[in-house]
Amino acid sequence: MGVCLEEYQLGEGKVRLNMAGEQRRLISDDGVRHDGRRPDELRPIKMSVGVLKNANGSAYVEQGNTKILAAVYGPRSVHPRHLAYPDKARVRCRYHMAPFSVETRKSPAPSRREVELSKVLREALSHAILLEQFPSTAIDIFVEVLEADGSTRCAGINAASLALADAGIPMKDLVAACAVGKVDGYLVVDLTDLEDKNGEVDMPFAMMYGKRKVTLLQLDGKLSYEEFLKAVDMAVVACERIYMMQKEALKQRYLTLRKSIEGGGST
Amino acid sequence: MCDTLPVYFKDWDVVVPGELLAEGNYRPGSNVYKEDGKLYSNAVGILKFNRGVVNVVPLSGPYIPKVGDLVIGEVIDITASSYVVDIRAPHVAFLNASEASVKPLNLHEEDLRKLYDVGDMLVAKVISFERAFNPSLTCKEKGLGKITKGSIIAIPAVKVPRLIGRRRSMISLIKSETGCEVVVGQNGYIWVVGENPEDEDLVAEAVRRIVEEAHVAGLTARVMQMLKNKKRKKS
Repeated sequence: MGVCLEEYQLGEGKVRLNMAGEQRRLISDDGVRHDGRRPDELRPIKMSVGVLKNANGSAYVEQGNTKILAAVYGPRSVHPRHLAYPDKARVRCRYHMAPFSVETRKSPAPSRREVELSKVLREALSHAILLEQFPSTAIDIFVEVLEADGSTRCAGINAASLALADAGIPMKDLVAACAVGKVDGYLVVDLTDLEDKNGEVDMPFAMMYGKRKVTLLQLDGKLSYEEFLKAVDMAVVACERIYMMQKEALKQRYLTLRKSIEGGGST
Repeated sequence: MCDTLPVYFKDWDVVVPGELLAEGNYRPGSNVYKEDGKLYSNAVGILKFNRGVVNVVPLSGPYIPKVGDLVIGEVIDITASSYVVDIRAPHVAFLNASEASVKPLNLHEEDLRKLYDVGDMLVAKVISFERAFNPSLTCKEKGLGKITKGSIIAIPAVKVPRLIGRRRSMISLIKSETGCEVVVGQNGYIWVVGENPEDEDLVAEAVRRIVEEAHVAGLTARVMQMLKNKKRKKS
């Protein structure tokens, strides 16, 4: 007799239990994840650039249900003045989750986690920016999580990197980011909230793909040496795909108009 | 010699930061950097080759002042001996009282506010700028000073070279077709004075078109067509 699985909806289908009350596995024996993806498959990704008029640069990124809006202002003068660096620009970053981004209302005040992620994002992005070109100025990056479903810091980096490029701030390379995790013993990319909370490992990873330089590597959980190497390999492959999408999103904005004019000919 | 080395894009291609543009003996121009003999873009822009020099013309970005630039700015504050002017650059600019007008100002007897007040728009020239310090301005030349009539259009500073055109072709076209007097600040403010508001609106429309289509070839012809059509409709 086959095992009859009954799915109890806790919250919005967040945890699935079988008849014995045990948690259902997040990945099946043939390697299909709870949302139907293969271990190395990204969620559907949508990127658009220049979505805010008031910001110098902006971008909107969706990775599955994770939705991020990023805005960049500057380079602009720093107040109070003593915070400015005399030889390079100061990068200020605010990662923030909207109160409605999670199931139970999140207080809009910056939490400890958000303060930490702001620092992590700043460090992951500032290495790509040519800061020396704008001494004693500030570049402000705002990353707003509209809906959170795992990998928000990685999606935040992807969005912020696009917004920086859109603002015309000189950068060595775009920064692409993707999380790799371990779920039920399998290494998987682009974790959802469910996989992040119930899995064994979460490893956010960001790199300047064209330069092959890593700008963010965190590891929450335990991986063996071999697993770690495999996880990094998977992250690099995932970052490549995201990097290509970022390039495409930046170019598309200008190419659609060009095509419509040139396609229309001289009429 | 240069021709044998690989080039990955052609003129007018849109490139993004980090994109490998060419390898070898080429020289990096604006918004291009060289690393291990390879040339990369550092901005979103359009690729332009010029006799072995690789340039990327940016499609967005801040206004960086250069000495000699004609700019249009707004007076935002007045200190004891200078005006603070917003010229849309990362730093505010200073216009010293001694540079404020052709006629020298007597600081002991006259109030600085008599000449320019907060909120006034000025046409000025950049006389000094070191990256870490505030730029300073002068109004001590003919044609510089307070703006008292006409209208001002704001565009991104990176589109200014396109608005002026090669050998001023685009801006002369707009001037002759609309009959307006047009002063283009390098910081992206454009001052238009016409016979009537409709003429100024026509300039604004042409400018908007140029900003939107700056990266598409054959723009001068399209703008000329547009201005001619509008004029025909009017008459």
